[in-house]
Amino acid sequence: MLKQIEGSRAVAETVAMCRPEVICAYPITPQTHIVEALGAMVKKGDLAAEFINVESEFAAMSVAIGASASGARAYTATASQGLLYMCEAVHNAAGLGLPVVMTVANRAIGAPINIWNDHSDAMSQRDAGWIQLYAQTSQEALDLHIQAFRIAEELSNPVMVCMDGFLLTHASERADIPAQAQVDAFVPPYQPRQVLDPSDPVSIGAMVGPEAFTEVRYLAHARMREALELIPQVAARFTADFCRESGGLVRPYRTEDADLIVVGLGSVLGTVEDAVDELRDTGMRVGVLGITTYRPFPARAIAEALSGCGRLVVLERALSPGTGGMVSADIRMALPAGPAMHTVIAGLGGRAVTRKSLRAMLTQAAAGALGPLTFLDLDAGLAGRELARMRDARRSGPSAENMLRDLGISASRIG
Amino acid sequence: MPYEQIKFYQVGSFAAGNRLLDPEQRSVQSGSERSNTLTCGHRACQGCGEALGARYALDAVMRATKGKMIAVNATGCLEVFSTPFPETSWQIPWLHSLFGNAPAVATGVAAAMRAKGRTDVRVVGQGGDGGTVDIGMACLSGMFERDDDVLYICYDNQAYMNTGVQRSGATPPAARTATTPAVGDEPGNAFGQGKNVPLIAMAHEIPYVATATVADLRDLEYKAARAMDFHGARYLHILVPCPLGWGSAPGDTIKVARLATESGLFPVFEAEAGTVTGVSPIRRRVPVTDYLRTQSRYAHLFHPAERTKVIARIQAAADRNITRFGLMKDQTNDPERTGVTHSGPAGSDPAEGS
Repeated sequence: MLKQIEGSRAVAETVAMCRPEVICAYPITPQTHIVEALGAMVKKGDLAAEFINVESEFAAMSVAIGASASGARAYTATASQGLLYMCEAVHNAAGLGLPVVMTVANRAIGAPINIWNDHSDAMSQRDAGWIQLYAQTSQEALDLHIQAFRIAEELSNPVMVCMDGFLLTHASERADIPAQAQVDAFVPPYQPRQVLDPSDPVSIGAMVGPEAFTEVRYLAHARMREALELIPQVAARFTADFCRESGGLVRPYRTEDADLIVVGLGSVLGTVEDAVDELRDTGMRVGVLGITTYRPFPARAIAEALSGCGRLVVLERALSPGTGGMVSADIRMALPAGPAMHTVIAGLGGRAVTRKSLRAMLTQAAAGALGPLTFLDLDAGLAGRELARMRDARRSGPSAENMLRDLGISASRIG
Repeated sequence: MPYEQIKFYQVGSFAAGNRLLDPEQRSVQSGSERSNTLTCGHRACQGCGEALGARYALDAVMRATKGKMIAVNATGCLEVFSTPFPETSWQIPWLHSLFGNAPAVATGVAAAMRAKGRTDVRVVGQGGDGGTVDIGMACLSGMFERDDDVLYICYDNQAYMNTGVQRSGATPPAARTATTPAVGDEPGNAFGQGKNVPLIAMAHEIPYVATATVADLRDLEYKAARAMDFHGARYLHILVPCPLGWGSAPGDTIKVARLATESGLFPVFEAEAGTVTGVSPIRRRVPVTDYLRTQSRYAHLFHPAERTKVIARIQAAADRNITRFGLMKDQTNDPERTGVTHSGPAGSDPAEGS
């Protein structure tokens, strides 16, 4: 059913249709609306689930671990600091092979504290052993949740559905909300591989030493390799059942004859596609490759999609200080002798990624004039003045605060 | 009403007491049907109080739940020594996740059981004092506050034994640990620090809180079983001497635990909904030095010279416990109490309440 609906609400309604049995909730912006809506559904009796208001994100993931190991379908949502606070349990859920599904409403990580969108949070957990799916639109966000439960439970591996904070969670857009019967047909009841059951007692979570630890980790990798096969199958089945395309490994846009391809993840892809359309109108052969599945990394699919192009721009929504971009490193691995590659760090902490800036940057890239690492729309003057202050005085004070004072604007201004 | 009509004074062996009892009055441990939740072959040290406490408590819970129990274990000695795969000593469904999250994982198990309508299956979370009073405190308090249907058992051996005897928030004053060494002007752990989790648990006004030691099997079994009479959050804090960390003789584990209670340093009591409902009275009071001298972690209090001021402070803490919990209330030289004590479970006699 088509609705004009907030992204969080759409996700909550869809997650409810996936019939989670245990939902753990801890508030953190911009994820909160999702669990608020689920909590209301449980409280009203519309959703038969245990809704646990926990005392931290660490507890949220821990409750999900206990529930999942007991054979219950478990769901939680978090963002930013919350994801980092639960980090130990995030790794643990994957290590135990528990098919928890979690929404990450992507948000920057402090310090400086910042509630706005980028991918620092999810990227920090890229090696945790979770499957990571990135939504381009609200519609895709809700669609990915339906697929996530199926993928997670089939593989017995947790899945993180990443949706951009505010841009997707708080935007009210048109979404096609599926019918319960459709979701029921797509997401069968959870059949755990391992379960805590007094009638068949097993020990789960034993210490494993050097004699088998490598093999256990190898199996985690094997599950991920299996996921690379399964995810496109699930996406294809989804398209057959729901009559729209969502999910999968990668999504090319106007890449067929492209000399220059922009690679990115998440909601920024919409803006990038618009910018690419505008550049195409000027005769520039440019395309986009959206990465929907970032973990496992679909190296082969990416290599195939990028095989014809001469130059790449990887649009990174997170920064690895001292290195640059995390996605760039993965892409270089997929294309060891591939095209010239530029890393562009864009949209950190909610800074808008505009078509104008993208067009200028891509024009520069096409001309071979873009450096290997660029910070899109960097206020070089602002950064330079702080660097100068640090040179001039040992006790130059806190940089973040110095730069805000320099700008003379409120920290809450977006854009 | 008492849950056990008769309780024999324990002298280190329960055999005599059991022989004199009817089969149905015998302890779970002496019964032929005890479940051996933590069965033999594990790798605990000789004289490990935690291994003993865990089996005592969980066997009692197993009997109370008719074998329908799931246990969640924090990281620590109990986790490590019980599951060196391919061997496991657990004969129950058992899950280890992390060091600091056992109460929350147990909440998740309980939630799953509720979601599946398996209200017959009960959930126990357990860990050592480090996993409980320190790193697991937030999850424990959250579980209490929500009144989740979990019995959490802390096996308190008063330090991080698994990592090599470092100080925890449950380490008593003056005790030597690897991070509170017996050097300097004030050797050992500082005074005035640490936390009393049974009292913190009571402050949450959860249905049931109790302390116990491995020295009093029947009391421990009673409390583990009693905890299962309630739904909601319950907390059982069991003192489990650690020969390795305490520097006590492995054969003295029971004796050391008994001296901890008989000196007043470890009050044994139970509480319902935040109110103490019963205490285990001290039968034969001993000075704290009787307890301290059994353990080399306190050796610096006696050698090269006796640190009388420090010992006096420890004695004062014991005296305060005795006053605060009324541990000597009905110990009025009753000659009939010298051989057999009718205490029943703590709390069976209203006069014992504080």
